[in-house]
Amino acid sequence: MNPQPASADSSSEFPLWEVFVRSKAGLDHKHCGSLHAADAKMAIQHARDVYTRRQEGVSIWVVRSDHIVASDPGDKAMYFDPMEDKVYRHPTFYPLPASVDHM
Amino acid sequence: MNQPVFVSGTQQSIVVPRDATTIYLLRIADTCLILAQRLSEWCGHAPVLEEDIAMANMALDLLGQARALFAHIGQRPGIDLDEDRLAFLRDERDYFNVTLVELPNGTSGRRDFAFTTLRNAVMATFLKLLWERLSSSSDEAVAAIAGKALKEARYHQQHAGEWVVRLGDGTDESARRLDAARQRLWIYVAELFDADDVDDAAEAMGLGPRWSALHDAWHAEMAILFDEARLPAPTTRPSAFRSTGKIGRHSEHMGYLLADLQYLQRAYPGGVW
Repeated sequence: MNPQPASADSSSEFPLWEVFVRSKAGLDHKHCGSLHAADAKMAIQHARDVYTRRQEGVSIWVVRSDHIVASDPGDKAMYFDPMEDKVYRHPTFYPLPASVDHM
Repeated sequence: MNQPVFVSGTQQSIVVPRDATTIYLLRIADTCLILAQRLSEWCGHAPVLEEDIAMANMALDLLGQARALFAHIGQRPGIDLDEDRLAFLRDERDYFNVTLVELPNGTSGRRDFAFTTLRNAVMATFLKLLWERLSSSSDEAVAAIAGKALKEARYHQQHAGEWVVRLGDGTDESARRLDAARQRLWIYVAELFDADDVDDAAEAMGLGPRWSALHDAWHAEMAILFDEARLPAPTTRPSAFRSTGKIGRHSEHMGYLLADLQYLQRAYPGGVW
């Protein structure tokens, strides 16, 4: 860690991390929140202490929030509205085999 | 005007048997209980929210370990005491925790995160080694408690250890505070490894190890941690000062701690959730 002046502005806070928790083997990691931590090890441990206190998980991913690239909210109409009338893309027009879970 | 009526209720202090098994197990249970009490004092006051939750989690792990042992001790032949009475209704001299865990979280009424963190690392390393050995105790209940507690202690050691490195290898200020904490708590460490008749008896009956037998492994793990944290190598130089919490003679801080800990059960005898 570099020496940092003690002040209340956000530059002196620990960086923000996003937390993804896998609830059980075979399922995917799901975003469940965020937290502040000084480094990756601290982020994992804080995620364990903050987000899996009630046995919510068996595996944790963390990633620095500023490493996430997000779509622009201003692009929402252009990006997502054209899919509205393409219901044929949903796999609802044929029966799924019983053995297929989690579609 | 009515005369006050004095009744003997459950708030009266209890007396515990002084056999080696009871004392050996109470030393462990009380050490967990009193450290849990000190850690819980951080609740709402930790440097950051995430660490606040982490410390409360560790306090609850330690409290759970103490509860399991109290429940077991209270059912031993010739004893009929529930965990609440064992935890809350003894006088100071009947608590057998090491003095180190009863020391306040800081000095002059100011909490010090470096002190708490280093104490957590010292105690988690010690308790991890103790639970490892206790998991093969001749007392099956103790072995079962140890099996569960060992996982918790491993996490406490990792969490506290990484903070010790962050502070020691961090800024000038964090390194200065960590070293001050080391100097303040180190004279209390020797007590952990003092051996007496209680230890001898526990070792002989297979209940658990002499605490002195854990010293070398503990010292080796602390030396690695101190090296990473850029602290001077841990020494256990002979010293005229010896803390004596393990035999029931406590520091001046213990009475205040017990007043906090016992207040509710003394004021509302038998009170439960």
